[in-house]
Amino acid sequence: MTKDYKELAVAALRSGTVIDHIPSQNLFKAVKILGIEGMDRAVTIGNNLESKRYGRKGIIKVADVEFPEQVINRIALIAPHAKINIIRDYEVAEKHPVQLPDTIVGIVKCPNPKCITNNEPMRTRFAVTEHSPEDVNLRCLYCNRTVAGSEAVIE
Amino acid sequence: MNKRSLVSIDDISREEILDLLKRASYFEAHPNHKLLDGKVVATLFFEPSTRTRLSFETAVNRLGGRVIGFSDASTSSSSKGETLKDTIKMVSNYVDLIIMRHYLEGAARYATEVTDVPIINAGDGANQHPSQTLLDLYAIYKTQGTLSDLNITMVGDLKYGRTVHSLLMAMKYFRPTFHFVACDELRMPKIYKEICDRCGITYYEHKELTPEVINATDILYMTRVQRERFSDILEYEKVKNLYTLRRSMLAGSKPNLRVLHPLPRVNEIAQDVDESSKAYYFEQAKGGLYARQAIICRALGIEVPTFSTPSKS
Repeated sequence: MTKDYKELAVAALRSGTVIDHIPSQNLFKAVKILGIEGMDRAVTIGNNLESKRYGRKGIIKVADVEFPEQVINRIALIAPHAKINIIRDYEVAEKHPVQLPDTIVGIVKCPNPKCITNNEPMRTRFAVTEHSPEDVNLRCLYCNRTVAGSEAVIE
Repeated sequence: MNKRSLVSIDDISREEILDLLKRASYFEAHPNHKLLDGKVVATLFFEPSTRTRLSFETAVNRLGGRVIGFSDASTSSSSKGETLKDTIKMVSNYVDLIIMRHYLEGAARYATEVTDVPIINAGDGANQHPSQTLLDLYAIYKTQGTLSDLNITMVGDLKYGRTVHSLLMAMKYFRPTFHFVACDELRMPKIYKEICDRCGITYYEHKELTPEVINATDILYMTRVQRERFSDILEYEKVKNLYTLRRSMLAGSKPNLRVLHPLPRVNEIAQDVDESSKAYYFEQAKGGLYARQAIICRALGIEVPTFSTPSKS
């Protein structure tokens, strides 16, 4: 039943972006990071859908929008296995995994209360110092504090 | 953003470090060279640090520049709630260089992003203090004649000590052998040992400051073990005197050994060491003036005549 729902929903999109394989627990973080709440296009969000690889997953579909790569890659931190499908004329025109950027700007809160980023109206910046398929390591470019991607607090 | 800003010792290369040390040697011989004639420098101390501020301000004055600024955030507009960004942008209208100290970590890095005026970081919380590192390097360079292939022993608080971490990062270019002497609570963090591994640097960890360690050492870098670092006060009482250097402990040491300390010291170096020709911590602090003169000229893009070799003492 879930599968049917998904296929119907994907097929219904004439053009736009489908972001698939988002871990269920992080679906709404991804919605927030991509700024979907403020969009006026048709948005479909599915969660706790069956996934052969991950058990349960979330999916986001946005009609008539193709996100720039640097925007979509911002969710790599919380959805490292997410797949991006660009739909044009009901066809999947492009399909690729998200890629974690070298620097993450303005998503993660620095865990150090004495960091300047927690005391000034400014955006945070983290260097992705190392990452494995399981997790990433982030270093604050201001105070040098490191935090595991899985423990990072999303602003 | 100005490329000549100095926020962290990691921002400068091996060649730039050596160049700055040669400039510092020049200023030791010619401390009153008026290279900053007509320049105005701001010293913005959002957190008081009399020693560092006086050293920087003396450096500017001896170079013939003028100083404006404040020595405490309570006398600045940040006490009215002004952002750091606004303070830096406002001061940038008036000066050629900003020297700043701040209690928040990363403050100096952020300041470089909001102005084109060069920034010198005079300490940002527990994070970076590059002029301290450069004066440590100058003391090593001056007393050993080189930075290369030295046995450097670091003693005391190696976990939280900002100075030992920065010194390690700067010395990694110069093939040192490190001895880390600390109790379990205050051991050198793993991240710095991994950097040593990656750079092919040999290091040994010790729990005691033994004659064997001292007698193999060229530079003995002592640090203060602070009571507030311990969750268990009994543990502090147990270790606080383990790492006290006494003059008798230097009896079998190498003739070129020098004892350094970032100061202020409490009881980690006994008073009788002061009489030893191997005590160098007061001269080390004095060298900070010349190192800061060199840093200021670099930040302003002012050429300084240099000597090819340091004068050994």
